[in-house]
Amino acid sequence: MESTMTAVHHEEHPSGLARWLTTTNHKDIGTLYLWFSFAMFLFAGSLAMLIRAELFQPGLQLLSPAVFNQLTALHGLIMIFGAIMPAFVGFANWQVPLMIGAPDMAFPRLNNWSFWLLPAAATLLIASFFAPGGAMAAGWTMYPPLFIQGGISYDMTILAIHILGLSSIMGAINIVTTILNLRAPGMKLMMMPLFVWTWLITAYLLVAVMPVLASVITMLLTDRHFGTHFFSAAGGGDPVMFQHIFWFFGHPEVYIMILPAFGIISTIIPTFARKKLFGYTSMVYAVASIALLSFIVWAHHMFTTGMPVAGQLFFMYSTMLIAIPTGVKVFNWVATLWRGSISFETPMLFALAVVCLFTIGGFSGLVLALVPVDIQLQDTYYVVAHFHYVLFSGAAMSIMGGVYYWLPKWTGHMYDETLGKWHFWLTAVAFNVTFFPMHFLGLAGMPRRIPDYALQFADFNRIASVGAFVLGLAQLLFLYVVVKCIRGGFAAGERPWDGADTLEWTLTSPPPYHSFTTPPNLSK
Amino acid sequence: MAEHVSTYYVPPPSRWPVVGSVALLILASGFILLLDKMPVGPYVMALGAAILVYMILGWFGNVVRENQAGLLEGQVDASFRWGMVWFIFSEVMFFAGFFGALFYARNIAVPWLAEAQLLWPGYNGQWPTSGPGITEAFTPMGAWGIPAINTLILLSSGATVTWAHWGMKRGSRSQIKLGLILTIVLGLVFLALQAHEYAEAAFTIKTGIYGATFYMLTGFHGLHVTLGAIMLTVITGRVFAGHFTPEHHFGFEAVSWYWHFVDVVWLLLFIFVYWL
Amino acid sequence: MRPPSLRILLASLVVGIASPMAWAEYALNLPAPATDIARRIYDLHTLILWICGGIFLVVFIPMFYALWRHRKSVGHEAHRFHEHTLLEWAWTVVPFFILIGMAVPTTAVVISMKDTSAPDMTIKVTGRQWKWEYEYLGADLKFISNLATPQEQLEQQAPKGEHYLLEVDRPLVIPTGKKIRFVITAEDVIHSWWVPAFGVKQDAVPGFVRDAWVKVDQPGTYRGQCAELCGVRHGYMPIVVEAMPPDKYAEWMAAQKTLVAAAQAGAQREYPLPELIAMGERVYMTNCVACHQANGAGIPGAFPALNGSKLVNGPPAGHLDRVFHGKPGTAMQAFGGQLSDMDIAAVVSFERNSWGNKMGDGVQPRDVAALRRTEK
Ligand code: HEA
Ligand code: HEA
Ligand code: HEC
Ligand code: CUA
Ligand SMILES: [Cu+2]
Repeated sequence: MESTMTAVHHEEHPSGLARWLTTTNHKDIGTLYLWFSFAMFLFAGSLAMLIRAELFQPGLQLLSPAVFNQLTALHGLIMIFGAIMPAFVGFANWQVPLMIGAPDMAFPRLNNWSFWLLPAAATLLIASFFAPGGAMAAGWTMYPPLFIQGGISYDMTILAIHILGLSSIMGAINIVTTILNLRAPGMKLMMMPLFVWTWLITAYLLVAVMPVLASVITMLLTDRHFGTHFFSAAGGGDPVMFQHIFWFFGHPEVYIMILPAFGIISTIIPTFARKKLFGYTSMVYAVASIALLSFIVWAHHMFTTGMPVAGQLFFMYSTMLIAIPTGVKVFNWVATLWRGSISFETPMLFALAVVCLFTIGGFSGLVLALVPVDIQLQDTYYVVAHFHYVLFSGAAMSIMGGVYYWLPKWTGHMYDETLGKWHFWLTAVAFNVTFFPMHFLGLAGMPRRIPDYALQFADFNRIASVGAFVLGLAQLLFLYVVVKCIRGGFAAGERPWDGADTLEWTLTSPPPYHSFTTPPNLSK
Repeated sequence: MAEHVSTYYVPPPSRWPVVGSVALLILASGFILLLDKMPVGPYVMALGAAILVYMILGWFGNVVRENQAGLLEGQVDASFRWGMVWFIFSEVMFFAGFFGALFYARNIAVPWLAEAQLLWPGYNGQWPTSGPGITEAFTPMGAWGIPAINTLILLSSGATVTWAHWGMKRGSRSQIKLGLILTIVLGLVFLALQAHEYAEAAFTIKTGIYGATFYMLTGFHGLHVTLGAIMLTVITGRVFAGHFTPEHHFGFEAVSWYWHFVDVVWLLLFIFVYWL
Repeated sequence: MRPPSLRILLASLVVGIASPMAWAEYALNLPAPATDIARRIYDLHTLILWICGGIFLVVFIPMFYALWRHRKSVGHEAHRFHEHTLLEWAWTVVPFFILIGMAVPTTAVVISMKDTSAPDMTIKVTGRQWKWEYEYLGADLKFISNLATPQEQLEQQAPKGEHYLLEVDRPLVIPTGKKIRFVITAEDVIHSWWVPAFGVKQDAVPGFVRDAWVKVDQPGTYRGQCAELCGVRHGYMPIVVEAMPPDKYAEWMAAQKTLVAAAQAGAQREYPLPELIAMGERVYMTNCVACHQANGAGIPGAFPALNGSKLVNGPPAGHLDRVFHGKPGTAMQAFGGQLSDMDIAAVVSFERNSWGNKMGDGVQPRDVAALRRTEK
């Protein structure tokens, strides 16, 4: 296999800015995605810092309520669409072709477009802060009629999401096609690394639900400007209809943000347990079941809207079912660790933390799935705690783990292990200090999306804010570690992790600009 | 152009995607300005649209040249097929959103409003409805006039495009040309009738939920027919230019798939928007 | 020292420890339930928490054991198994039964929560940006409940009171021991009527009617907040419910009726301008300040300034009309349906003579009543 890689290529491409603007190379595009995502993470994280600073104590100190709502909405929106999703697409770009022995993505030029649409959308979103009346302030969920009341920045948000959606759909089609059509000869579907499987299924989710989001925000736009009455009772429409269509997108969306994370965890754990992934087949089926179930649970976000009993019960039961395939994944990870030969490099630390903390988030999800309990907790900080456990300690920490895991491959250098561990421990501890108290706040009755709160919530808010500032600083350390690794460090060699067995580790580090131009043949 | 020993064609760096992004950003900004009643809006939009057209011509020009050079065969051709299938699927889901709105409004929201006599005394919730707060009377669109004719037209256009495809497989250029031209003409007649229907309609997009779902669904469908007709025209041009072979004519097939998809959407529209 | 004082010492120690514990219980868990439903939710949550805690231990004790014992650094060699059909089935099927165990009691609670049939009385709750309106159906009583925390407390210019942000000018009053049905709706955007101690949270959807019910055991004051993002002042839309024994409630209701009658009578007479302005300031500070601000400057880009406004400094009729009818399609509501003639007259008079506005004229309650008559 090795010999095919050494075939000499003209690694010719424009240099400087033009290289990045015009590139059709999956590795370049992957890098672009990852950097973009990181920038957005820092930006949306800074918004969160402002939120936490305002909530540090009761009363209004720094922000007006109007600005506070803008920060909340844009923090959520940008974290989801700007930070987490592009990061996973970045991983897909770098890793999918390498892991399946493909020369590149199926549509390299389209791939470039998918990326370059993101800065266009980000421009609109960030510029909306400077629009008259400020940025969109109706929450990332954009519920009408509140959304209808807004000004020009609301239109900017809609158009930005249209562009993001276009990017996601094209990116997803690209990934599906690459996986289905460009696998190395002999690589059957059930031989694909689990990361590739999770992305295949995620890409299907994207193609299925992003257009639905596009349709519903189009209705918002026409309600705002063209006199339609989709969401207004006077015309026979219904504000709650928005929520149904939105969450038909929105719930699969949250799995879009966690399935690739599962893929990364399922790659890291076997490597550092030096043992094959336990239950590969059931892992694949579990991911597929999660994806399928995700289409019939959406209304668990709407238990307080006043659905008929039958609706509440149906969505409660279907939501609870998701615990089963997700549990299968957790159990399989534990079984993979069992009797392994375990070592604790930074990627592994992140992976282990994800397994633990994601499970906590999953349990709080289950608590929320029970209608009567959700009635108490809906739109409180309990929900905020839930989704930061699944999104930060599920998705974002998987991304960090994945970055440490593949940085040696991408850059050719080892990262600084000591600093990496510092980053991990600071993040893990500060994360819990920030978000664990939010469970108590929610139970005690603190609503979310409020700039100021009653005095009995003061203590836990102060703790959460302190945690958040440490968490923020820890991410600056992450930036430093990554930059340091890119600029130099011990040579990584082809396979720095002795337990890693996927195809990318057969290439040099960093891999040649064009890898697998002739696919490796796996059918011995 | 980079030389690869690859069996899979990886195109060289291209400026079109970035141009496309800039175009969309300008187009979107112009649209936003237009919506918020700023007079520069339309000009900005026109600029964006012009750049977008420039980009599409450039990009597709590239693809056509690569195709003629035989770079896009075999595995690349298969990629294009997968890509088109999933693209059409995404379009299906786009329409699903609007159909979902129609079903929800008809079967859930409106009956609820009729129950809420406390707020809307006297409202009976009979579909089609413009809602309890909009009281002007309107006449809904019947199914058996123009819409039924339009159904026939679109269905026959599906047949003609398939006939053209048979011609393609047999290598009969004249059959392809005739089939395609017929298809385009039928598409245009459909659009003309649809425009006529809009002009005659006794209600507007503001006529409550009925008007909203009617115009959004048929409007987006009409937009897709227009796009399909443009794509068919391009394909016809390429047929006249001597492109495509009986074995290798994916560009043609992609457009015909798209056309069939538009057909099926119309059937659903006819049943759920006009008829039932 | 003699035994009794020792006993006192011990007792105070117990109280000293117990009172922060009582506080801790409140802050760490759901608030003390005041209705049967809330109690069942409380117990349900406790049950689920224990189950999840148990599963957590069952999963993570083995994991941490493996992390400890099967370390590479202690020379543990990796074993080669990577499948086990029976085990994999077991951990698919067992959770399924655990879930059924959770679903059964939960379903029962859901069904009781939804049973709004046969109420003793019905109250209509309407959410508005940013206040609640309560209408006692069949009793001809209707009033608006506004945040009562003064603006200075929000802006750190005054020390915060005990019920900071959770206090209103007119609480909802209900009798204990009666099944009360709430029909909940909204005027402008979605709000959510939530009183944790009742186990009730119901979105108020504009144009639609939703319902919920309570039967409160103990007299007391129960506090909640709007639980759906509804715009700038979403955080300032508290709910206060006072539950009183039925006889006390009847007294209260009778008193309200006389108050309404007195106000109607008072609106007939002519008021001197300074009195109107003084009353108007109070009305302004509860109803208008959120948007137009205490200094009348509004919030540029969102809410217009009244200070120096052309409309306010124009003829009184136009000014009154805007306040009475609002401006459809904007956040400016029609206050005609919300405020009494007295209040509207007062607030308009106040606005015309405050900040830089020096019109020197006002509007009498009679004028508002006249406008109201032309409506009918
Ligand atoms: C990555 C994102 C992610 C993931 C993976 C999940 C996973 C789950 N979520 Fe979460 N959720 C969000 C992101 C996510 N969620 C977000 C962003 C919101 C808020 C949106 C907003 O309003 O802004 C939200 C809100 C939300 C709500 C609505 C709350 C409200 O607003 O009132 C509910 C209610 O049912 C819910 C449930 C669940 C459930 C049951 C799961 C399950 O998938 C969890 C399954 C996992 C486990 C259960 C743990 C592991 C299992 C075992 C160890 C097996 C054994 C277990 C048992 C038998 C119990 N979520
Ligand atoms: C996808 C993931 C994601 C991630 C990673 C995060 C990360 C964080 N989130 Fe949030 N969050 C959401 C998704 C996410 N969030 C969503 C969807 C909502 C709902 C929005 C809505 O209601 O509509 C939400 C809402 C939300 C709220 C509730 C707001 C409200 O209801 O009013 C809060 C409050 O504490 C919060 C806090 C944080 C914090 C402290 C972090 C931290 O982890 C951030 C850490 C990162 C950084 C801080 C960046 C790096 C540091 C710098 C750039 C330097 C600056 C540092 C200092 C000044 C110290 N988030
Ligand atoms: C929810 C926010 C809100 C509240 C509360 C509110 N207003 Fe307004 N008000 C507005 C908005 C928005 C406008 C601008 C409407 C427009 O577009 O002309 C406005 C306009 C006005 C105007 C006309 C100003 C001008 O120059 O055109 C007057 C007078 C006024 N309000 C008085 C009041 C009074 C009196 C109250 C309280 C009893 C009040 N408002 C409460 C939002 C509010
Ligand atoms: Cu009303 Cu939030
Ligand atoms: Cu969900």
